[in-house]
Amino acid sequence: MSLKIVVLAKQVPDTRNVGKDAMTPEGTVNRAALPAIFNPEDLNALEQALRLKDEHPGSSVSILTMGPPRATDVIREGLFRGADNGYLLTDRAFAGADTLATSYALSMAIRKMGMPDIIIGGRQAIDGDTAQVGPQVAQKLDLNQVTYVTAIESVKDGKITLVRSIDGGIERVEAPLPILLTVNGNAAPCRPRNAKLVMKYKRATAPMERPADGQMPYAEEYEKKPYLTVTQWSVADVDGDLAQCGLAGSPTKVKAVQNIVFKAKESKRLTGSEADIEGLVKELLESHTIG
Amino acid sequence: MNNVFVYCEIDGVAVEEVSFELLTKGRKLANQLGVQLEAIAAGSGITGKVEKDILSYGVDKLHVFDAPGLYPYTSKPHTSILVNLFKEEQPQICLMGATVIGRDLGPRVSSSLTSGLTADCTALEIGDYDDKKQGKHYDNLLYQIRPAFGGNIVATIVNPDNRPQMATVRSGVMKAEKVAEYYNGEIVYEDVAKYVPDTDYVVRVIERHVEKAKNNLKGAPIVIAGGYGVGSKENFDLLYQLADELHGEVGASRAAVDAGFCEHDRQIGQTGVTVRPKVYIACGISGAIQHVAGMKESGIVISINTDPEAPINQIADYVITGSVEDVVPKMIKSYKENSK
Repeated sequence: MSLKIVVLAKQVPDTRNVGKDAMTPEGTVNRAALPAIFNPEDLNALEQALRLKDEHPGSSVSILTMGPPRATDVIREGLFRGADNGYLLTDRAFAGADTLATSYALSMAIRKMGMPDIIIGGRQAIDGDTAQVGPQVAQKLDLNQVTYVTAIESVKDGKITLVRSIDGGIERVEAPLPILLTVNGNAAPCRPRNAKLVMKYKRATAPMERPADGQMPYAEEYEKKPYLTVTQWSVADVDGDLAQCGLAGSPTKVKAVQNIVFKAKESKRLTGSEADIEGLVKELLESHTIG
Repeated sequence: MNNVFVYCEIDGVAVEEVSFELLTKGRKLANQLGVQLEAIAAGSGITGKVEKDILSYGVDKLHVFDAPGLYPYTSKPHTSILVNLFKEEQPQICLMGATVIGRDLGPRVSSSLTSGLTADCTALEIGDYDDKKQGKHYDNLLYQIRPAFGGNIVATIVNPDNRPQMATVRSGVMKAEKVAEYYNGEIVYEDVAKYVPDTDYVVRVIERHVEKAKNNLKGAPIVIAGGYGVGSKENFDLLYQLADELHGEVGASRAAVDAGFCEHDRQIGQTGVTVRPKVYIACGISGAIQHVAGMKESGIVISINTDPEAPINQIADYVITGSVEDVVPKMIKSYKENSK
């Protein structure tokens, strides 16, 4: 059975390297100020999709992402590793979306693409850590969901068997297709780029990434090779309701953002010398704090 | 109507600790708002097993949903229970654990009701909100406070217009305190079929293995926690040696877990375990907010760091400037010589 698979991927700021200008005064993320990467668990999701494609000839893997034009990096990265095509949802009206407005936009794009058998994404993105978008997309498409998946065991006769993490253990579950899955970092890591695919797709771009004045390099190549044009959709292209998109469609509002100043304690400063350490240990023993 | 609701998580026929913690917080919020606290328990064969425990945290009304197929948890039936009950009851606040179940259920319910949800809150308060753009004032909203953005900032989130205001909170963040051993709340045994259509029971749990937690990090009186500054998995062994001597447990920061120095189940912080030990020894931990969120209520904090300006030093009672490799063996030696 061939499968139609959509991978939900997000380009995220690398939150391990955050500077002071990372937030806007409105409390949303200033993405321009940070290095952008493929959200780690979404790469795990891509690998599970590619494995299914390997096992089920004739299957297709599409990458769907929402973001500014430069988020097409995520789609290119997916194409380099074996995805068949990509869809970029981009529109100023999507900006400032919370998880609910994001899932609305993604669900409208998926409807436009035609309902897949399997939608698969990372459990959560490292910039928000909310784990909400997957289940919310499932609800908006009225699909079943299984979250925290670590392995897909099999897909046959319209049913999928999965292993998932639960608090303190694991669960094996069986569910009918179509379904939405989120995978966590324990799922198999993504395969590396394939050199041939890198050659094939290195010039793949979304229209908005290209110069507007018509002086486009390699224009002929784009005409001959339609797969080098990444599908790009706006709110109108997916028949989206503006009131449900972006900041306007977000029930949660950021009231305040603070850089936390720790309430400084009067700390005793010690060196690493044996005398200092011994003094500390004796003090803690005498006060029965330890021992 | 407009009460505070807590979704109680069920393991077998027992209520999870995180639910008691949330009921305690929910009771306080309900008192502040002058409304009632209601709870939901859904499972199989729980009638007669969970009611007294739940009520003892000051629950005014408990909704019990007891039917085969409601345990083990699957997404759709539990979602239908909450969505359909909330359509009738119109709660203003709904709290659930930021567990695997809560993080599967919460977003689905919020999407269905188009209400806002904030994950992994570290504090919940009641307060006012002015929407300057719209010129609107709101009284008594739920402030959902959480570290954001990899733990580099703390954000206060509000849901001005949509109800219920939903939040998840990790286990151990709030403290569970009973109101009375026998609290006189109302119990309603709901007709499950009225809330859950048969078509919801489609995901089947074939097998389930749950092990007791391998460590006792949450309850340990002494925690020796390592960060990225510990440098390697091998150096973490020093922390285990010190923990053995002091009868403590080893914890880790997210950076150390991500680097593979330590297992994930020992991660302390907003996205890990919250601890309140008597003594917290932070080894090579810089002190990102998301980590401090999980240990700030520790008694005595000792920081061992080569960087004298590490942020965690500001909340430390003792700051030892030195490397973990050098200082920890000296502590072990000195403890062996001076104890007993």
